[in-house]
Parts: sequence; C-alpha cells; structure tokens
Amino acid sequence: MSIESSRADVIDRLTQSGGQGVLRFLTCGSVDDGKSTLIGRLLYDSKLLFEDQISVLERDSRKHGTVGDEVDFALLLDGLEAEREQGITIDVAYRFFATGKRKFVVADTPGHEQYTRNMATGASTADVAVMMIDARKGVLVQTLRHTYIARMMGIRHIVLAVNKMDLVEHSRGRFHEIVADYLRSAEALGFETITPIPMSARYGDNVTRRSEDMAWHTGPTLIEHLEELDVSSDIQNQPFRMPVQWVNRPDLNFRGYAGTVVAGIVRPGDTIVVAQSGQTAMVERIVTADGDLVEAVAGDAITLVLDHEIDVSRGDVIAEAAARPEVTDQFAAEILWMSEESLLPGRSYLLKIGTATTPATVSALKHSVDVNTYEKKPSRKLDMNGIGYCNLSTARPVAFDPYQQIRGMGAFILVDRFTNQTVGAGMIEFGLRRASNIHHHAMDVSKDDRARIKGQKPAILWFTGLSGAGKSTVANLVESKLSKAGHHTYSLDGDNIRHGLNRDLGFTDEDRVENVRRIGEVGKLFVDAGLIVTCSFISPFRSERQMVRELVDESEFIEVFIDAPIELCMERDPKGLYKKAKAGEIKNFTGFDSPYEVPDSPELHIKTADLSAEDAADQLIAELRRLGRLG
Amino acid sequence: MTIDISERIRAYAARFGAGPYKRPQPLSGHLHALEAESIHIMREVAAEFSNPVMLYSIGKDSAVMLHLALKAFYPSRLPFPLQHVDSTFKFKEMIEFRDAIAAALGLELRVEINEDGRTRGINPFDHGSQVHTQVMKTEALRNAMTRHGYDAAFGGARRDEEKSRAKERIFSFRDVNQGWDPKNQRPELWNNYNTKIKLGESIRVFPLSNWTELDIWQYILEEAIPIVPLYFAAERPVVERDGQLIMVDDDRLPLHPGETPELRRVRFRTLGCYPLTGAVESDADSLERIVLEMLTARTSERSGRLIDHDEAGSMEKKKREGYF
Repeated sequence: MSIESSRADVIDRLTQSGGQGVLRFLTCGSVDDGKSTLIGRLLYDSKLLFEDQISVLERDSRKHGTVGDEVDFALLLDGLEAEREQGITIDVAYRFFATGKRKFVVADTPGHEQYTRNMATGASTADVAVMMIDARKGVLVQTLRHTYIARMMGIRHIVLAVNKMDLVEHSRGRFHEIVADYLRSAEALGFETITPIPMSARYGDNVTRRSEDMAWHTGPTLIEHLEELDVSSDIQNQPFRMPVQWVNRPDLNFRGYAGTVVAGIVRPGDTIVVAQSGQTAMVERIVTADGDLVEAVAGDAITLVLDHEIDVSRGDVIAEAAARPEVTDQFAAEILWMSEESLLPGRSYLLKIGTATTPATVSALKHSVDVNTYEKKPSRKLDMNGIGYCNLSTARPVAFDPYQQIRGMGAFILVDRFTNQTVGAGMIEFGLRRASNIHHHAMDVSKDDRARIKGQKPAILWFTGLSGAGKSTVANLVESKLSKAGHHTYSLDGDNIRHGLNRDLGFTDEDRVENVRRIGEVGKLFVDAGLIVTCSFISPFRSERQMVRELVDESEFIEVFIDAPIELCMERDPKGLYKKAKAGEIKNFTGFDSPYEVPDSPELHIKTADLSAEDAADQLIAELRRLGRLG
Repeated sequence: MTIDISERIRAYAARFGAGPYKRPQPLSGHLHALEAESIHIMREVAAEFSNPVMLYSIGKDSAVMLHLALKAFYPSRLPFPLQHVDSTFKFKEMIEFRDAIAAALGLELRVEINEDGRTRGINPFDHGSQVHTQVMKTEALRNAMTRHGYDAAFGGARRDEEKSRAKERIFSFRDVNQGWDPKNQRPELWNNYNTKIKLGESIRVFPLSNWTELDIWQYILEEAIPIVPLYFAAERPVVERDGQLIMVDDDRLPLHPGETPELRRVRFRTLGCYPLTGAVESDADSLERIVLEMLTARTSERSGRLIDHDEAGSMEKKKREGYF
C-alpha cells in the first residue's frame, strides 16, 4: 500500500460514514418472516463481511441451512448453538454495519409471544422498528403485538417491511391491501412516521437496491429510508436532568458529581436543584478529562462541580431549578413482566430508576393489556410477558419525569429480592401524590415512650411453618408465659385475622401475599404500641416474610421457624385439613399442592419432632431475654 | 522496545496528571457517543460493586478500555486495579508495554500466572491450543477471580467480534462457578443495569460491547492512545504454519523439520499468545496506514486467533467455562 495519507484525511474518510451519526433500529416479526435474512443481507450488501466470515457462513449453510445450496444469511445472526439447532432466534443479538452515510446498530429479536421481553429489551434502546410482514400472510396478531410493544417502549418511527413479495408475484394490490390493513390498527397509536416498503430480502429487492420487479414502488428502498430518516428528538429542549452516579472526590480540594446528562443542556452559572432534597446551588464547572466544557447536552458523561457544598449522593437527580422533576413515592406505570414467577401485588421488589434503587411494591394492578387485541382486562397478577397498568409505592421517594417525555427519567427495572433476577420493566406515566404531602405527623408520645412504661422492648415473633407443625401451640404457650411474667402481649393468628380483617382473601398466591402484608401492617401498629406480638401464619413465601421484617426496626423482627416433617404434620392434622386436601376438597394447600419456602436464616429454628412445646417456648423466652427484649 | 514507545507512554501519562488534556479537534460524533456510553457503564460499576477489577490483556481493546476508565474517573485515580492473566507465552513486547504503562500511570497491576500449569510445563506445542488455553488462561483467570474475590470484572470484548458475543449482555452474570448460562441471561433494558449479586457470584462487564473494530482504531487514532508496537508493520522472524504466519518470539517455539524463520514485513491485528497468534503481511507502519488497510481488509480479526477455529460455536463453549 503506497498511499500517503495525512491523519486528517483518514479521519475524514472514517467519519463520513458516521456523518449522520448512529441509527439504532429493531427488527421484529415472526420466525418465518425473514428478519435474520434481512439483516444478513444488509451486512452482506454493506460489504462488511470478511472473507473468513463468508467461508464460515457457506460451511454453516451446508450444515444447518434451510435454503438448499444457497447462502442462508440467517445463519450469520443466530449465534448461540441452541438457536442454530432449533432454527429460531431466542435472544437479542446486536449487529453493526455502516453505509456511506450512516452507522447502524441493529437489534434482532425473536417474534414468538413468549419472547415479548426480548423484543422490549431490543426496543428500549432503538429509534426505529422495522416491522416484518410476510406478504403471503399479511397482518397477523403478532404484528399488532409488536406494534404495541414498540409504542409502549417509546419508539416513534415504524418501517412496515412487507417481505417475500416475490412469492405474491410482486403484486401491488396485495401490498396496498396489507398496508391499509396495518394502518387501521396502528394509526391510532400515534407514531410519528409509518413507512411501508415492499421487498424481497432474500434477493435484496428494495433492501439495498431498487427492485425492477416492483418498479411501481416509488418510495425509498429500506436502506435509503434508514439513511435519511430524521430521528432527532426534542430531548435537548427538555429541562436539564442528570442522575448522580458517583461522587468524584480525589482529594479535599475537589468534589464533583459524575453522571450522564439524560435531558436538556447545562452550562456553568445555571441554577440547579437536587430534586429529592430541594437544595439548590449554581454550576461552577463542567469537568471532563478533555478540559472544562462550556456546555453539556443530553448524552454527555460529565462531572459537575457546584459553587457551594450541598448534600448530594448517588441516586439523587440534579435538575434545572426552574423546571423540576416530580418527586413522589406513589406513581402509575405500565409494567412488562419478564419472570416465570408472576408479579404479585403487595410483594416487595427492588426498583432501580436512573441511579436510585429502592424497595417498591405494586399497590394496585389496575388492569392488564391483551397485546394482541389492545383490550384492557381486569387482573390480579401478571404472568411472564404480561403487560399491566399498575400503581407502585416505593420505600423512598423517587424523582421522575413521564417516560414518554424523557425516557431516561421514567424508565425503571424491578429486581427480585431473592433471586436478583431482573423480573420487570416499567415506564412511569404520572405521579399519584407528591411526597411533600405525606410527611408523617409527629406524635408527642413515641414508640419508645410506650414501650418504656411497659418495661419491655416491643417485637414481632413471627412463627412460620407448615400447617400442623405446632406454630399456634408454641405461640400460645409463649404468650401465656410472658403474660404471667407481667409482659404486655398480643397474638395474631388465622382465627382472629382470617375471620375479620382478611375475610375477603382466599388462598391463591396473590391473596396469600396480601394476607401477610396486612398482618405485617397490623403487627407493626402493635409494635408501635409497645407490645410483644406473636404472629402464627404458614406464610409460605420468603419475600413476604422479608417484607414484614422490613416494616419494623431490625431488632424488632424475630423469625421463628417451627419445623416438622410433612409426614408428621399430616399425622397430627389437628384441623383435618390434610385429609380434605388429599380428598381434593381444598386447593392450594401448603406443602401439599402449594409450595413452602424454608427460611434461610431464622432467628430461631425449632424442630417440634424433637422438642416439646413447653421446652420450645422456654427456649424462645430465653432468646428474648438474651436479646434484651424483656427489659 | 524502542525509545519512541517509552516516550509516548510517558507523554500519554502526563495528560492525565498535570492538567486536563486539550484535544486538537473535537472527537467524531459517533465516537463521542460510544465514549459516553462506556464511561456511564464504568461509573455504574465503580459505584455499585465493592471489589471491581479491570481485566487488562495489553491489546488495543484493553488500551481503549483503560483510556476510557482514566477519562471516566478524572481527576480521580482509577478506583480499581488492573488484572493481567499471563499465560507465559505472551509476546515479550506485550509484557514490556504492560509494565511501562502501569508504571507511567501509577496503576495497581496484578499479574496472575497458573503456577501449577507452569510447573507441569503446559504449553501450546505439546498440549495443543485447547489445553493450553484452558489451563493457562481460563483456569488462571478463575484463580485470579477467586483469590482476589472480585465481584465485577471489566473485559474488552465487543459484540461485533463473534456470533456468540453478539448476544452477550453488557453486564453479564456469572454464577459461583464463574459459568455463563446463555439461556438464563438477565434482560437488559435501556442503560439501566442490574448489579445485584449474591456472595461468590460476579458480573463480567463489557464497556466496549457496542464498539466495532473500526471504531477502536479510529478512537486510538483520534485520541492518540499508545499501543503495543507489534500492531505496526516491521521486519519480524516468522514461520509459515497451516496458512498462518507465526512469529518466532523466543527459542521455545519448536521448529518443524524444514522450517527456517525468515524475516518478513508483518504486523498483528490481534495480540495473544505468540504461538497462537497469526501475523499478516503488511506495510502499515502507522495508525493512519493501519486504518486504511482496515478499510479495505477482508479478513476478520479473530481469524488470527487459532483457538476459535476448532468449530463454530467454540467461543460459546469457552465462555460457558469461564473464558472471557
């Protein structure tokens, strides 16, 4: 190579393909619509495949291919062995290519309903959705589903790629029929652009080159359209927002707040506010390793230095003082559920929004959405890939803007507190009340005052275990012994709760969660009153026991695992319930046809097969004394 | 190593020391966006994990990753150490470069060698590339992760490198055995990363996921990042084997009958263990020429790595076992 090129020339040449910046798009469609073939074709035609990749492709085509002796472009994309063997795409794959005008990132996502979550994942970072339709089949139920998810995730531009036109004789009539059909459903969703293109991905027709067989199509080819489409949003015209990621403090002379600007513009001299605390300050410097900036815009990763010290930490949002985000602990959101274990209202999850993480519960599931028909249906839980409108309640107030206004300020994930799996994705719509209105009224008499005159420290003794394990027996003995010794107690159990406060609840998973939540709240009030409360409930799920634990101070929750083998419990069967369960007269009976999750680390583990109830009670009281609860 | 590269490294280090570096011209738009995304990822890790580490492999991707980290935490020092896994078969120039960079920037560099493997004399010639990689790289990496108790480890892998990488998350969960389960990956939406793990589990973090090979080179060019001189064409002693040009970096390379090292003008598109890394014939002796060569290149970079060739899907298998 003898070309002498100056540095600037080389950069010029490199940059020309990035001139229009990067466009991120998503392809959706079902297994046979030709998605992977389309992307393979784009990679192939943009000359980004290397010789060795092509030779691997040719080898794989012979081994796994589905198009005879021809090159099967889909094999370029289906990366994981399992997928290649099954011939379907089961995960999101990201691909990169560039033309003379623009760089592209493609998210290739699977089409089946059970992979809705994968599509949402791809859509969460995409500007455009390319909706693939098989010209022979036309608009399908899944086309509507994909369209709904695209809209929900905030995608504003749709390309309706009517593929396999070669199999319908390149019929203009068929194309228009499909387009009209699609627009009837999709128009109401309010996309900024919907661009229909007839194509044949396998042959490249109207993908990268104009189709001679479809000369009647006067619009752009797919690549022309993607090169020219204006996806700039008004994100920089929104008020300034920056969630604080990390406090940058190399020495005592420097204190900066590092984060990525998610909306608006910031300049030195601007007055900002810490959304959660309401404290204000002025921006003194915008620091980067390339020198201080005169302004930073949405997308920039910066470090802000303020003119005076205020309390700022990770999770806070620094915002334009004149246009603040809402701060609330209760809001309405659309949630996509992504876990095999259903979303249960009342259960506690970790919610991560921006850089803030807080425990949160779904306080109400208003309705779920049938993504195939867009119908709203009343629901009590959300299953995997379900979408629902919910009210959420967070342990600490969060700062947000509605998702459809500023994606980065209204998007959150829900994380299971035991498995740590990402189980849900949410988009905030609006706040339900302002945090400033919910300050607790400070009472003159405190919990400590109430406990002091009783000469004890309040606590919840939470007895959990299978039916017939001996929870109520032990709890009853403990209470009577404590009472005789002059302590102030109260007992909560199935009899006084199920017949009154919770008589509207049954035994489904959802109802069990709500049952425990209410008991926990009542227990908390009794603790506030200074009492030692025994609670005897099967309470089969770890999550709910953890939720009650977190309602009170750390030292106030004492989990007592009353452990007995199920065979023994069935033999005891004090209420005849196992007999009924065996006979099929009761459903969802714990240990029988409903699961019991054993406590990981209870404060006390009592095996009633080896220990008498009397001894168990004494052991527990000794433990209370050791913990200093009895004064 | 030539004087030239040592000086370049010193000059490079100075720009993160004395005062902010003044760029000669603004960074290209798409690189600016990629840079910001990577910085965001690194800051999330520094803030959310208690014992993170950067896996530093000395190559060009590691050079970029290190550069991004220096920028992400500026003016603070790196809030985590660098970990190198030394298979004992790296090019000499790589080790020299590594030590020079760490010294000039004042970085905490930890080097892991599988001493058991070294004692057993594991090498790619007698035991084959698979065993060598398994023992001296995969096992050594696992040992390092366990020894230091890292809960997060940055790696320089990119999604455009290989098919199974294309589906890798940016925050990639590893169980207590450091295994990767491709069918049980956490959904990853927006730039909202789930960092929750239990004791003994860890996350591999790939801040360069969305960069392409061309982006890496362009960034190195625009940011003037020093890289190992092996990337530049020079006369080097090589032998031709199975269609690959293998550099005779030291006398441990057993020569097959009839093989005589000859000087050829070659460079490396990727760096690893010298007996497992093929060179390409090239005249590209400057970054500008490398990029021009790239723009017309028709061989993808991992093809220079012999370990991927066994069969399609081999990378996925290695990853499940804990390879990067």
